[in-house]
Amino acid sequence: MNLSKFVFAVYPYIVLTVFVIGCWIRYDREQYTWKTDSTQLLSKGGMVFASNFFHIGILAIFAGHFAGLVLPHGLWLALGVSDMQHQWLAIIAGTVFGGMMLLGGLALWFRRLTNARVRAAGRGSDMFVLSWLMLTLLLGLATIPVSIGHANHGNPEVMLALANWVQSILTLNPQPELLDNVDSVFKTHLFFGMTVFLVFPFTRLVHVLTAPVNYLGRAYQIVRAKRRA
Amino acid sequence: MKIRAQFAMVFNLDKCIGCHTCSVTCKNVWSNRKGIEYAWFNNVESKPGIGYPKNWEDQDKWQGGWTKLNGKLELKAGGKLKKIVQIFANPNMPEIDDYYEPFTYDYARLQNAPLSEAAPTARPVSQITGEKMDKITWGPNWEDDLAGEFEKRSKDSNFSNMEKEMYKQFENTFHLYLPRICNHCINPACVASCPSGAMYKREEDGIVVADQDRCRGWRMCISGCPYKKVFFNWESSKAEKCIGCYPRIESGLPTVCSESCVGRIRYNGIILYDADKMLDAASTDNEQDLYKAHLDLFVDPNDPKIIEQALADGVPQSWIDAAQKSPIYKMAVEWKIAFPLHPEFRTLPMIWYVPPLSPVQSQIDQKNLPTEADGVIPKASAMRLPVKYLANLLTAGKEEYIVSALNRLIAMRSYMRSVNVEGTPDIRPLTAAGIDEDTAKAMYRYLAIANYEDRFVIPTSHQEISLDDYHGFQGQNGFSFGNDSANGQSPFALFPERRTESMEPREPAPLAAKKK
Repeated sequence: MNLSKFVFAVYPYIVLTVFVIGCWIRYDREQYTWKTDSTQLLSKGGMVFASNFFHIGILAIFAGHFAGLVLPHGLWLALGVSDMQHQWLAIIAGTVFGGMMLLGGLALWFRRLTNARVRAAGRGSDMFVLSWLMLTLLLGLATIPVSIGHANHGNPEVMLALANWVQSILTLNPQPELLDNVDSVFKTHLFFGMTVFLVFPFTRLVHVLTAPVNYLGRAYQIVRAKRRA
Repeated sequence: MKIRAQFAMVFNLDKCIGCHTCSVTCKNVWSNRKGIEYAWFNNVESKPGIGYPKNWEDQDKWQGGWTKLNGKLELKAGGKLKKIVQIFANPNMPEIDDYYEPFTYDYARLQNAPLSEAAPTARPVSQITGEKMDKITWGPNWEDDLAGEFEKRSKDSNFSNMEKEMYKQFENTFHLYLPRICNHCINPACVASCPSGAMYKREEDGIVVADQDRCRGWRMCISGCPYKKVFFNWESSKAEKCIGCYPRIESGLPTVCSESCVGRIRYNGIILYDADKMLDAASTDNEQDLYKAHLDLFVDPNDPKIIEQALADGVPQSWIDAAQKSPIYKMAVEWKIAFPLHPEFRTLPMIWYVPPLSPVQSQIDQKNLPTEADGVIPKASAMRLPVKYLANLLTAGKEEYIVSALNRLIAMRSYMRSVNVEGTPDIRPLTAAGIDEDTAKAMYRYLAIANYEDRFVIPTSHQEISLDDYHGFQGQNGFSFGNDSANGQSPFALFPERRTESMEPREPAPLAAKKK
């Protein structure tokens, strides 16, 4: 088994398994540790800019990847989005939200590095996961010029290859050979991106899974009785 | 009508001597963990002053509590959607320096220092970073006994609509202590602000607590509470707050702060209220009518109809008995000498305050102050503490309630003086203040003597009816089937659930027939 086969045919399943089982165990047995680990109390300056840019950027990027890679290709065609439109959309959205995340993330990264209080309150995994996300982002941003190059030649092949590979993984029919002709910057980005999901259950990232959307539909006041109703 | 029982307190400010015993005992019991060194579930402020955290009363700054928006009650900082939008960076979140940087001292230095000309010093050490601090610039009670310049202290929001400059002069200086804990509000803004639904009010006793497992650290409760009595543990990333000493309350014991109060200023008791009227009361249009609306929420525990409804709503008989003997009900409802702290925040707080008197004996002796008929005790309006200030603190600025309460307190003293000093009861001040002799004697008993059993009327909780499976719960603390504190939250438990339920029938035994 060569390295490429391991990384793009086996590793994805290791990642997904650890991600699902890890989150489940942590949610079930370690509720207390499921939290944001906010440090806003210790240092508030600049957080409105940094944290918002970082979070909006990363969530939008995740949504973009989901839409472009996980949703079936046919859906986009049915909606009347051609492959080239799709690629330009991805390039523009990636640049805008990637830029937002880069600015916010850098501010957060330097804050975590230089602010004595934040440093004292933080854990090693906080700095690791932020750095890893930023490296993944930088690799992602580095793919944009390559993508623009492809797009200028009217060539959606790489984008389609990536989407097909993701679908092959999700349909339990891994085809690492789909990535054979994909530039190595994409492949490195893929490895870093998959690894985010591998470390996800063991870091503060889990808080995104309990984003409080049900707050919107809930009554303001909560009264709890010990006795089940 | 839905009757609920609320554990409530009254603090008699007239007797608070600012010794901070409440704060220290509370801290030693509940908040000496890492991450909340800076947090004082109970603190005592010197007023006038900006308090702890700085300027907590200024809701233009902090946006805590509720407001009326287009005729509807809404969180002042904005509704649910706005909360979600602001979740990445809460703009109203206080910073640690708004409280103070927690510190300890390098005590070992006093013994370890090498021989030197000057005496060694124990320098302050930050409890967050562990680094030496150059200077301590703020603390939990920096303004103790009016410390600091008047300019800074006079930023106190309670000076609104007052000519505060005159109180700068030494002759006109006034001072009171304000002990503060979580108000265990009937309409808590912290609970309403919590996106994850971790904060809740206990149905049995109305104590407001934060579920440590459900809390995700979105920190909206911290800014939502207008009293700034929910604290963010920077180590655990969880909301922590006063829990009303519920393990003690459940056993019929007073809270630690109340039990340890050397001035005997704290009263613990039960009060019954109509939960269905909560929203209407909190939505009262005029801020100055909120106190009245709050009072109207409380129901008479001696009314047979109320008793019947309370029993139907699950309030145990022993709690109704306690509500009938409640010192809280007497002071707040019957005598009307206790008031909620800042009712204009619209949270319907349940720690009420008896306003302090502040007679100036030398001025009275020199006949410089107008007095009551006895010629000894001054009129409310002649006291050193401006009524307007107290009204801003306790009745959203409406002075007549405060004047009436002060007059009653004065009349009681004047009357008791006539009984004990003159030997002939003089009821003229009582009549003027609108109370009778029995009330005055009862007030004397509760306020001046303040015996333990009068101050604390706390029924034990009925775990056998409030817990789903009492027999299954009994005997499991520490001796459970493993991983006691994390028994799984989701319905899809990962590991097979342990069967802890007992086989006891769940139906409670019928109550004994009432004695004729």
